[in-house]
Amino acid sequence: MLAIEKINVSYGDLQALWNVAFEVNQKEVVALIGPNGAGKTTTLKTVSGLLKPFAGGIKFEGIEVAEMQIHKRVEIGISLVPEGRGLFPGMTVLENLELGAFTAKGRSCKEETLQQVYGLFPILEKRKKQAAGTLSGGEQQMLAIGRGLMSRPKLLLFDEPSWGLSPLLSKVIYEVIGQINNTGMTILLIEQNVRIALELAKRAYVIENGRIVNQGDSQRMLNDPHIREAYLGTE
Amino acid sequence: MNWQVFAQSLLFGIFVGGLYGLAAVGLSLVFGVMKMLNVAHGELLMLGGYATFWFFSLYHLDPFLSLLPSAFILFLIGMGLYKGLFSPLAKLHEETKIKNSLLIGFGLSLIFHNLAIRLWTADERSVSVLYSGWGFSLFGLRFPFIRFSGLVLAIIVILALHQFLTKTYFGKAIRATTENWESAALMGINIEKTSMISFALGATLAAMAGTIVSVGYAIHPAMGLEWTLKALIVVVLAGLGNIGGAFVAGVLLGAVESVSTLFVGPYMEVVGLVLFLLVLELRPQGLFGKAG
Repeated sequence: MLAIEKINVSYGDLQALWNVAFEVNQKEVVALIGPNGAGKTTTLKTVSGLLKPFAGGIKFEGIEVAEMQIHKRVEIGISLVPEGRGLFPGMTVLENLELGAFTAKGRSCKEETLQQVYGLFPILEKRKKQAAGTLSGGEQQMLAIGRGLMSRPKLLLFDEPSWGLSPLLSKVIYEVIGQINNTGMTILLIEQNVRIALELAKRAYVIENGRIVNQGDSQRMLNDPHIREAYLGTE
Repeated sequence: MNWQVFAQSLLFGIFVGGLYGLAAVGLSLVFGVMKMLNVAHGELLMLGGYATFWFFSLYHLDPFLSLLPSAFILFLIGMGLYKGLFSPLAKLHEETKIKNSLLIGFGLSLIFHNLAIRLWTADERSVSVLYSGWGFSLFGLRFPFIRFSGLVLAIIVILALHQFLTKTYFGKAIRATTENWESAALMGINIEKTSMISFALGATLAAMAGTIVSVGYAIHPAMGLEWTLKALIVVVLAGLGNIGGAFVAGVLLGAVESVSTLFVGPYMEVVGLVLFLLVLELRPQGLFGKAG
């Protein structure tokens, strides 16, 4: 469904991604893991259009999207739940969700999707008149995910969904991401909390210094000595 | 001094302050969405005033009616200016963007100022309608009809803008872009289009203020800078990007300036600037802005 074809991305003179290539198939959860500054966020920003590669391509359902504007990519079904949530803090919870449904497709089934989101996160319905900036960290992450669903995407990208959350809340969030996947949603996520990501994802890629250095089945990765040593802190 | 003189100055201050607010709201809207400072905002206000003046002189169109065509003309001019001059800046880094927008704004303000002198001479002009002298008295205070309606009109425009920004999808998109443009783009909002409409709306609001100025006060080619400065002071008083607060801060500045003429005479502008510095020093986020 999504094919990243040897993309190279730079910030000015500083190259951040080198020939990064991977694939995400329909209905699967794929994790991209790696240390801080390895290029995980850069990769997701490039897929969603916030950054443009200077070489390489991105195919989504067979369409080349590397040069497409950000809002057009949302229209064809790519939705990013950004790093640090990226909410509109001064606007209410409901307004944040409504903005998630800004595209024509999102607007046409806004009420229905809204009920689904409230079903996943009942607390959001209770808080709907409250300003997003006044929510707790966990609630903000829920809102960011709910908002990401409102455009009715085909591919949902998550940038560190466990960011700033307690282990318990991270678990809750990952359970919901699993539920979303069970409805048939394709998911690509990046995560520093490697264990929790590998437990949910079917396949994973490891990125270090802007290059993909390892890939494979999540179960195999959990047993890989290098991964265990570098990311899981176990022998 | 008796209280009546005081109250009358306060009232006149509120009338003119409503216009400061209206001028500032447009500037604030544009700054919020695009993070660009349009220092030619006052010149757009001047153009709006002249549009109304010529509609009245040539076609005898009542100024309160010509508000609409004047606003529409400035909407189109705003779209053109955005497309031609400001849009290429949108992709720049935030700091370079604001610097370049200042340069373009100063250039534009010189061009409009001199163009206005060329076309319409440097004379002061004002629209004098049949009802110019009308008014009423309440509690011993004089309410000139035109200035009073100017304030009412300014309030109506602000309320309408508020409804637009809070109730319509496009208005919400404008607010979302103001808060976080990257997230807004990730919602599927077309940032380029939103910026263009916001800029054009800013010009429209300036035109409306200009129309009211041309009836209740006077217009001349050099008025732009003066109004840009007032609008800037008000925007900083209210807090950058705070649209609702800008109107209240405008009324406040007008009232303070007007009342202070009773004490310091022609130095009333200084009082406004001192207020500006005090707010910058003590509450840099503005009177109605949130800290951090």
